[in-house]
Amino acid sequence: MNIDGVKNGIVLDHITAGRAMEIYRHLDLDDLDCCVAIIKNVESKKKGKKDILKVDAEIDIDLDMLGFLDPNITVNIIKNEQRIEKKQLALPQLLRNVITCSNPRCITGVEQEIDHIFELSDPEAGVYRCSYCETAYEGRNG
Amino acid sequence: MEHFIDIKDHSKDEIQQILDAAMRVIENPRGYSEAAKGKILATLFFEPSTRTRLSFESAMLSLGGSVLGFSESASSSAAKGESLADTIKTVACYADLIAMRHPKEGAALLAAGVAEVPVINAGDGGHAHPTQTLTDLLTIQREKGRLDNLTVGLCGDLKFGRTVHSLVEALSHHSGIRIVAISPQELRVPEYLKSGVIAKHHMPFLETDQMEDALATVDVLYMTRVQRERFFNEEDYVRLKDRFILDTAKMRLMEEDAIVLHPLPRVNEISVKVDADPRAAYFRQVKNGKYVRMALIMKLLELAG
Ligand SMILES: [Zn+2]
Repeated sequence: MNIDGVKNGIVLDHITAGRAMEIYRHLDLDDLDCCVAIIKNVESKKKGKKDILKVDAEIDIDLDMLGFLDPNITVNIIKNEQRIEKKQLALPQLLRNVITCSNPRCITGVEQEIDHIFELSDPEAGVYRCSYCETAYEGRNG
Repeated sequence: MEHFIDIKDHSKDEIQQILDAAMRVIENPRGYSEAAKGKILATLFFEPSTRTRLSFESAMLSLGGSVLGFSESASSSAAKGESLADTIKTVACYADLIAMRHPKEGAALLAAGVAEVPVINAGDGGHAHPTQTLTDLLTIQREKGRLDNLTVGLCGDLKFGRTVHSLVEALSHHSGIRIVAISPQELRVPEYLKSGVIAKHHMPFLETDQMEDALATVDVLYMTRVQRERFFNEEDYVRLKDRFILDTAKMRLMEEDAIVLHPLPRVNEISVKVDADPRAAYFRQVKNGKYVRMALIMKLLELAG
């Protein structure tokens, strides 16, 4: 994997082709002053095409949110131009304050400062359900 | 057992223990008349449900305990702006146990997360009403002598009627349960229950809109009402409400030892004339509701049952 241009930071590899911009927005990368590279439609040995994001800064990322957005991603941590860690993401079992419940009858819609908790109820189909009312989250694509 | 929020959280054994304790209360009610002496049950009804509240209060009083609480329309408590979490934390200072009903789904789980005392879900919107399920199970156990090898007919609103969903879930852990679902097309059993529970446990399942044909086959007929608030327009409600009514003519189609259950209150889905039939078990069901709540209170307060 090519980590050129990243001295201390992260490289998100194997992003599903076409989703890099969405990930970019969710991680608020627009707010960073450092060098950020968005590479789209790279030929991948594994599955045709992929996107890559490179960030030359040590940022904190919410891996649960990232895994929820795209479980195919591999997160590479770079230090002194060397990869020191590689994490394969997966759909997280539990999401806390990542998504909100759309059921208008759910308690999470009225109670202030409540944690929005979702559990992975069907790992194969990637279905998450609100822990309070058990309504399935509809907004997950792919 | 810390709280009682959803029937799905509890194993078949745990549920059976509560039913067994209820049976012991039924055999010797006087033996329990001081079991909860000095204990206080708070009944917090953020939406009114007189029957359920009275059942809890009667259960606690029959155990020699005391009750306090409120019952109000959804508007008044929310209007004061206090969060549910704060209300629950406050009440937990005054009571040893909380039974709460709330119009919002998941409210009981939220309460259990912040309360220092056990919380019983007495209904959270259309989501769950687990003490009703205990009541239904105890009634079947008492009337039929078993919870397995039964053909259970469910009739009416099987789409939104969560009491039937919970009953099917609870019965799925018993062997030889056959389900006959009697409803109009629009109010059929939802897919999640069919695939997630009925098919998963390989329960024989029949769906029909011909009530007469199904009645002869059932050991238990569970009637439900079609609730107005589930419908967006009045026309659909009125049209579907009167589709499946149990009257004395239909009772003649049922077996001699079959029983009829209903979570009550009814609207018009069971003719009042059916009440005199010994197979009509729904008022005995009400009484069983008190006994299971007594057993549940003892279990949660860790009193000898
Ligand atoms: Zn919810």
